[in-house]
Amino acid sequence: MASSAPSAPQHPTTGARTVRDAVVIGGNRIPFARANGKYADASNQDMLTAALDGLVARFGLQGERIGAVAAGAVLKHSRDFNLVREAVLGTALDPATPAYDVQMACATGMEAIGSLANKIKLGQLDSAIGGGVDTTSDAPIAVSEGLRRVLLEFSRARSGKQRLAALSKFRPKDLAPNAPGTGEPRTGLSMGEHQALTTAAWGITREAQDELALASHQNLAAAYDRHFFDDLITEYRGLSRDNNLRADTTLEKLGTLKPVFGKDLGSKATMTAGNSTPLTDGASAVLLGSEEYARQHDLPMLANFVDFEAGAVDFVHGREGLLMAPAYAVPRLLERNGLTLQDFDFYEIHEAFAGTVLSTLAAWEDEDFCRNKLGLDAALGPIDRSRLNVAGSSLAAGHPFAATGGRIVATLAKLLHEKGSGRGLISVCAAGGQGVVAILEAR
Amino acid sequence: MTNRYQKLVSAGPAKEVAKRLGLPRPAELRRYRPSEPLVPGPVLVLGSGASAEPVSEQLLAWGLDVYRHQPQGRRLGAVIVAYDDVSHPGDLADAALELGPAVRQLAPSGRVITVSRPARAGDAPAVAAARRGVEGLLRSLARELRGGATGNGILLAEGVGAGAPSALAALRFLLSGRSAYVDGQFLSVGSENGAAPEDWDRPLAGRVAVVTGAARGIGAAIARVLARDGAKIVAVDVPAAGGALTSVANEVRGTALQLDITRADAGHLILEHALERHGGLDIVVHNAGITRDKLLVNMDEARWKSVLAVNIESQLRMNEAFLGAGRDGLRIVSLASTSGIAGNRGQTNYAASKAGVMGMVEASAADFAAIGGGINAVAPGFIETDMTAKVPVPTRAVARLLMPSLMQGGLPVDVAEAIAFLASDAAAGINGETLRVCGQSLIGR
Ligand SMILES: NC(=O)c1ccc[n+]([C@@H]2O[C@H](COP(=O)([O-])OP(=O)(O)OC[C@H]3O[C@@H](n4cnc5c(N)ncnc54)[C@H](O)[C@@H]3O)[C@@H](O)[C@H]2O)c1
Repeated sequence: MASSAPSAPQHPTTGARTVRDAVVIGGNRIPFARANGKYADASNQDMLTAALDGLVARFGLQGERIGAVAAGAVLKHSRDFNLVREAVLGTALDPATPAYDVQMACATGMEAIGSLANKIKLGQLDSAIGGGVDTTSDAPIAVSEGLRRVLLEFSRARSGKQRLAALSKFRPKDLAPNAPGTGEPRTGLSMGEHQALTTAAWGITREAQDELALASHQNLAAAYDRHFFDDLITEYRGLSRDNNLRADTTLEKLGTLKPVFGKDLGSKATMTAGNSTPLTDGASAVLLGSEEYARQHDLPMLANFVDFEAGAVDFVHGREGLLMAPAYAVPRLLERNGLTLQDFDFYEIHEAFAGTVLSTLAAWEDEDFCRNKLGLDAALGPIDRSRLNVAGSSLAAGHPFAATGGRIVATLAKLLHEKGSGRGLISVCAAGGQGVVAILEAR
Repeated sequence: MTNRYQKLVSAGPAKEVAKRLGLPRPAELRRYRPSEPLVPGPVLVLGSGASAEPVSEQLLAWGLDVYRHQPQGRRLGAVIVAYDDVSHPGDLADAALELGPAVRQLAPSGRVITVSRPARAGDAPAVAAARRGVEGLLRSLARELRGGATGNGILLAEGVGAGAPSALAALRFLLSGRSAYVDGQFLSVGSENGAAPEDWDRPLAGRVAVVTGAARGIGAAIARVLARDGAKIVAVDVPAAGGALTSVANEVRGTALQLDITRADAGHLILEHALERHGGLDIVVHNAGITRDKLLVNMDEARWKSVLAVNIESQLRMNEAFLGAGRDGLRIVSLASTSGIAGNRGQTNYAASKAGVMGMVEASAADFAAIGGGINAVAPGFIETDMTAKVPVPTRAVARLLMPSLMQGGLPVDVAEAIAFLASDAAAGINGETLRVCGQSLIGR
């Protein structure tokens, strides 16, 4: 918890043990690649292993036993049941490093990192690595439900007759495979279609979305140019920058793109491929530790992982937008830490869609929403937009679902360390109407 | 690692054909492996110079068989000639005429090493003639040696005895497999500085060493050899080479620092990383380098400037930062090239940068000596790496096979061994020098 927050609750104690700081030491990711491109034949395990090995090389962790490695993937092959442990075994880390998989849609990385931070705070771990990976290129493809039933029955059959009977249930249409979609199982709507409803409900304009997308590209490009990512990214398969980045894009170019979501809104449709994140492949990892661990190993301390909070909304019955959970989680997190929305030097709001970020900000500025939905006395108010996603975000970098949390935590921790003081707020929305938000504090 | 031609001509019927046609047959060179014998047989010490005594004593202390007269019927591991007393060209004869028959007995990958004094402007003409005569003799003999044997010399500055730590370290380096591809060269020992390591197999124990351009090629080999010799490695390369850099850093259990060395603050960032993460900075190897070959008539600004920027300007700037930070005892080894010595068609920019490295090293020696450190260069000849794989095949074949006395290209590890030697405290008496690792080639690169 924030040691500097005056009204923060006292650290709970267990016996003689006090809750201690969990420190972000550094991070590493591979550049994010647009799906079916540079990493088309890289598996989740390959990419996570590369991200971890880069982290090991950066911090000299070869042969080290890390307390725990937690990460995950949103799209997973069934063969990857122990994805993270398998990845760890392929790295230069001590094979005695425990590892486990976490899964919470696009908030997977945040949940993994936040939970590890808690374990460090409690003294259960001294060091940990959290992160995530996703590929939509090497995605698991399942056989159709019909074929699956046939195959299961066939394998249970004892006699030739039973086997024949099982096979006779096979229909040619069963051959069509099931590729995983980003559609919501309960509504059948894709994430983009859900967001299009929210974007329209909050009256977010096309121009505002394109401006946010432009800023994302410009900020990411500028961060690369000032070598900001030299110690956050490791080249992979010939790629040393996120290849979704369009450093030279303009409002005019973004303005020419045709809407792809909410098309039934006709001329009011605003969401294009330019202000929505593309499908992306990539992996990220963040090294966490206690202060003592960092000192003992002569490692840098970029920021404290102060606190985090999950949220969820009822989007199924249309009571709230699919990606609005962070709007609800943030006020709870602020309250617990005695902070206001304006008490931050950096805001990292994951750009699933430009509309997501802008709807969330609009909601926090809306008196009615804050009183009636959040139960507050007044609006949370506006944020200083010059502090938003200052090193670029998902619209420019891309969004390999589970890898985004690690990208954001490492980026924000470094931004805070560079500044030398202050706090940052992270907000990541996720499928299923969920989200995770977090606070980091400079060291 | 041998190339296809070498494999073809060193075995079977092809060997006979190659022999009859008089084609060169490269020998497999003896390369260093920890705890293997220093030389492949007894050592014969010839000559009447004062150095014969301390050298023989040291050889005995290293557990070698030492003879002052050629032993009957034994293959010699090395012949050392104490020529440090010659004052007239006539003084060369006795040892030279004893050396001839001894060379016949030299084992494969054996060594001939002269110990002498450098000719100086103030010397009597006959003294200078005799001293320079040693160099001519040795360089020619090196061209006559076969079977992977090499000939090199140690030049002792006035006032420096053969028992000086760096003279003995040079002797050990030249005897060992570490100097496999060093041939026809002289190592100048300028002072009695330096100290022998506690363990000759881990001379860099406890040292923190930065290697630039460590992702591949010679740089990766340097990182491996320095780590094998006990150093903690900071492996530096551009972010675009990050994946390969990661593998090298993890292999040598060091840290990776992604950094373009042409950045104005490169020296500062290297210092910061080394001090904060490893608590010190003892060795810097300026290895990162590029080629952008074109005849001068076709040379464009980008080719010219980028080569100079990476290969020499960055080093000048980083060295200033290191000197400014007052890192006591800091030892620098910089990569030159035989192109910078002999010149090479199509490499005006590269040769300017590499000759520049040698100039820098000479001129910086005093400043580094003042902080108890030193700076030297290694000039590789033709080394088999990704960089030279870009050289057109015919040029490569000629460079590799015909020109060097050793009749083959060197391996990255050969350059790395020379660098590890110059980076060690035992080499502290060697400063401002350039050592060629070229198999005694005639041409540049
Ligand atoms: N290979 C030879 O035959 C030969 C001969 C003489 C001298 N050399 C010298 O040896 C050195 C290594 O040569 P190599 O054959 O291994 O070359 P190489 O091209 O295989 O490796 C050079 C490394 O330096 C890195 N590098 C280039 N510019 C950099 C920069 N601005 N910042 C950081 N790193 C940078 C590259 O990424 C690469 O990993 C060079 O200085 C070269 O001039 C090589």
